[in-house]
Amino acid sequence: MRMDDKRDLLDLESLSSVEIVDLLDTTRSMRQVIDRPVKKVPALRGKTVANLFYEPSTRTRLSFELAEKRLTADSINFSTSGSSVAKGETLRDTVRNIEAMGVDFVVLRHGSSGAAHFVAREVKASVINAGDGTHEHPTQGLLDVYTIREKLGKVAGLRVAIVGDIAHSRVARSNIWALTKLGAEVVVCGPTTLIPADVELMGVTVSHQVEEALEGAHVVNILRIQQERLKSNLLPSLREYALQFSVTSERLRVAHPEVLIMHPGPMNRGIEIAQEVAEDGRNVILDQVTNGVAVRMAVLYHLSGGESLLPVGLEGVA
Amino acid sequence: MGEEGLREKAIILDAQAMRRMLTRIAHEIVERNKGTKDLVIVGIRRRGVPLARRIQTKIREFEGIEVPLGMLDITLYRDDLQTISHAPVVRTTEIPVDVDNRIIILVDDVLYTGRTVRAALDELIDFGRPRSIQLAVLIDRGHRELPIRADYVGKNVPTSSREVIAVNMEEEDGTDCVKILEMDDDEGKE
Repeated sequence: MRMDDKRDLLDLESLSSVEIVDLLDTTRSMRQVIDRPVKKVPALRGKTVANLFYEPSTRTRLSFELAEKRLTADSINFSTSGSSVAKGETLRDTVRNIEAMGVDFVVLRHGSSGAAHFVAREVKASVINAGDGTHEHPTQGLLDVYTIREKLGKVAGLRVAIVGDIAHSRVARSNIWALTKLGAEVVVCGPTTLIPADVELMGVTVSHQVEEALEGAHVVNILRIQQERLKSNLLPSLREYALQFSVTSERLRVAHPEVLIMHPGPMNRGIEIAQEVAEDGRNVILDQVTNGVAVRMAVLYHLSGGESLLPVGLEGVA
Repeated sequence: MGEEGLREKAIILDAQAMRRMLTRIAHEIVERNKGTKDLVIVGIRRRGVPLARRIQTKIREFEGIEVPLGMLDITLYRDDLQTISHAPVVRTTEIPVDVDNRIIILVDDVLYTGRTVRAALDELIDFGRPRSIQLAVLIDRGHRELPIRADYVGKNVPTSSREVIAVNMEEEDGTDCVKILEMDDDEGKE
């Protein structure tokens, strides 16, 4: 989050651990708002959010929309089908037009890595990256770390295994940045073709053996395997992948007995996650979804605020 | 902002005076409501919370009853969120009981413009429909900007808007006392 006159959330790579912890603390307060009888607070009254989704998304889009409503922001939604994009409008022109309607926030999901950074340079509104290509998905990274912190009480010192298509996963990248900044030990696991070169530079270890990656893990985050990877010949078949890398109850035996099982959704049951693991009592997949709304509320709240330099709250004086 | 740019002018309450005042307020609350039935004490973060807890303790001492205690963080209900540069920290609100038909004793350290209390009232009402809400404050310093008054007041302290009331509490600040500070220049007020 750039803390200059304009504030965006474009990636977790550029956040400090202090900023991440601030967001997680605010998330806890937002989580409590979601559990109230009236699940709405007036913090973003009068603010407008444009949700721009250039890629299909159900969970993330609904989660952002709900977060906006819970904070009393107004929102407008845009998806590419049936829009001016189909008529050939460029991303730059689209966001400039939407900004001209007077929006304060742009939430952007786009298939190209760097799209959110590009838009952030083009508009005065605060930009929130809701997933850009294979780069980052910062709110997913935050909600995963938040879920871990709430369930296990800490992040530092935990062993976290991320299993699946690391190379094409913005979820993996955002998770790696957040987890390593907060002091977790991260091991990534998948077939050689789906592990990016030099991923160790991000401070993680690599394993090509799922049993080895799961050994002693406090958390396993299982990533979705996409059919497209078959077309580009990165995987011989889904069956082959499942045989070698599917997270099964059997394979989880070497993990910590209280291991948290996570998945960003949507799940391919029987491929990256075995049916019995998708139903395992240790999985927190639905907690992740609930926490996602609270995390997005925290991000919107943190990015809001005016331009003036009035001192913030005279603590202890009135 | 802390206390930079502020000069200490006088100590208006010491620990003993504060203790006596809270004892009196606790008695007034029980007297006015004819006992403790349906009472819920809710402190406004931050210093309303230790004050609320002390009032709860006093009531337990002389009535033998533990009145439920809640805490309210009003940040998300502030009317100045649009004008402050960095979003202030949001702490949690915890109301342990259903507020419907309860008598809520809202507790804060200083009553000034009334804007904090306005925010607290809005937030409380989002939790349900209390039978009544009463306000207890340690210091009423005047300068109201909204039609709000306190039901229980520790001390009325006439102040100028260049002055600041600093309430220190053992739980937050290591010591119990209330001071008047004066601003060196005309910096913002809360």
